[in-house]
Amino acid sequence: MTEWIISILLLIGGSFVLVGSIGLVKMPDFFMRLHGPTKATTLGMASLLTAAMVFFSTTQAGLSVKEILISLFLVLTAPISGYMMIKSAIHHKLESIDRTKGKDNLEE
Amino acid sequence: MRLEARFKWLPSPILSLLLFLAWLLLNNSVSAGHIVLAIILAIVIPLVTSPFRTKQPLIIKPGLAFRHLMLVLYDIITANFQVAMLILGPTKNLTPGFVKVPLDLTHSMPITILASTVSLTPGTVSAEVYPWEENITENKGSKQKFLLIHVLNLKDEQALINTIKQRYEAPLKEIFQC
Amino acid sequence: MLETVILIVFAMIGLSLLLNVWRLLIGPSVPDRILALDTMYINSIALIILYGMSMGTALYFEAALLIAMLGFVSTVAVCKYLLRGDIIE
Repeated sequence: MTEWIISILLLIGGSFVLVGSIGLVKMPDFFMRLHGPTKATTLGMASLLTAAMVFFSTTQAGLSVKEILISLFLVLTAPISGYMMIKSAIHHKLESIDRTKGKDNLEE
Repeated sequence: MRLEARFKWLPSPILSLLLFLAWLLLNNSVSAGHIVLAIILAIVIPLVTSPFRTKQPLIIKPGLAFRHLMLVLYDIITANFQVAMLILGPTKNLTPGFVKVPLDLTHSMPITILASTVSLTPGTVSAEVYPWEENITENKGSKQKFLLIHVLNLKDEQALINTIKQRYEAPLKEIFQC
Repeated sequence: MLETVILIVFAMIGLSLLLNVWRLLIGPSVPDRILALDTMYINSIALIILYGMSMGTALYFEAALLIAMLGFVSTVAVCKYLLRGDIIE
């Protein structure tokens, strides 16, 4: 039973990480590329680490909860690093694709 | 908004709680010795470092804060499936856009939390808070602040602004009472 | 069954690392490359955790934690350098 839970969590996590990287390669401009790694990869990592938590709790003696620490850290830091990157992109005046709405908001 | 803690020896209760939990998680045990050490660390570290940090507003309604955290976690999980669909779908149909959201919050700490939640929830990344003030804690409410966000698939701008304001900003205002 | 699943997820993470390397090579701008590096360190954490699971040991946890912390700090430092031309003012 626990094997099933671990497998499903691992597969969900792996596919989310993959989706994040696909978004990184596929999207046409920097601002759209940022959406994949900040969101999909973070949730994928949380799912993978939950799987690792269940795995080590069942195979080794005693409960193992320290994987929560990494997922908590990643969830807290992903928005901050995303914010820093988008700020440096705006500072460098990167081009966004033509159909972007509300570009005039960037000027201020 | 309240900046001073209720007890002098406990300047920031949430930080103490986090330190306590982090120590126990790092050692992966709940034995008596580790609990005592964690309590000592959780009290001493905030006391020693509090003169170096600027005073942050304290959470006044912990119950509501917990409920808001659960809501945000639920939103993160459901939102990620939508974003995965958007990324895997055809890129041509996406209409990205920049939206500016007027903020009612004035202090930097609640604005940071709001920007982080916006970054983690559906198809939006917060880009900038402006007008930027170097000393954001001291001139409260001097100017109307805006949060600039980038949206992956912008459909209805006004509806998005209303969702952010009601779903994420209103509970934060109530939690910090500002 | 679990060994097969772990192998499949290994392949997924490896593929996403390759995609990140592709983005790192073609650029086109500096923030794009920073974003690719940021994603790469998160994926390497996943790889280390998976390796620990396949070996059946929890020893690699500390390495993963260290990579998470140093990766975040380095991303912020590089962005800060791009923004201000200086890391510590």
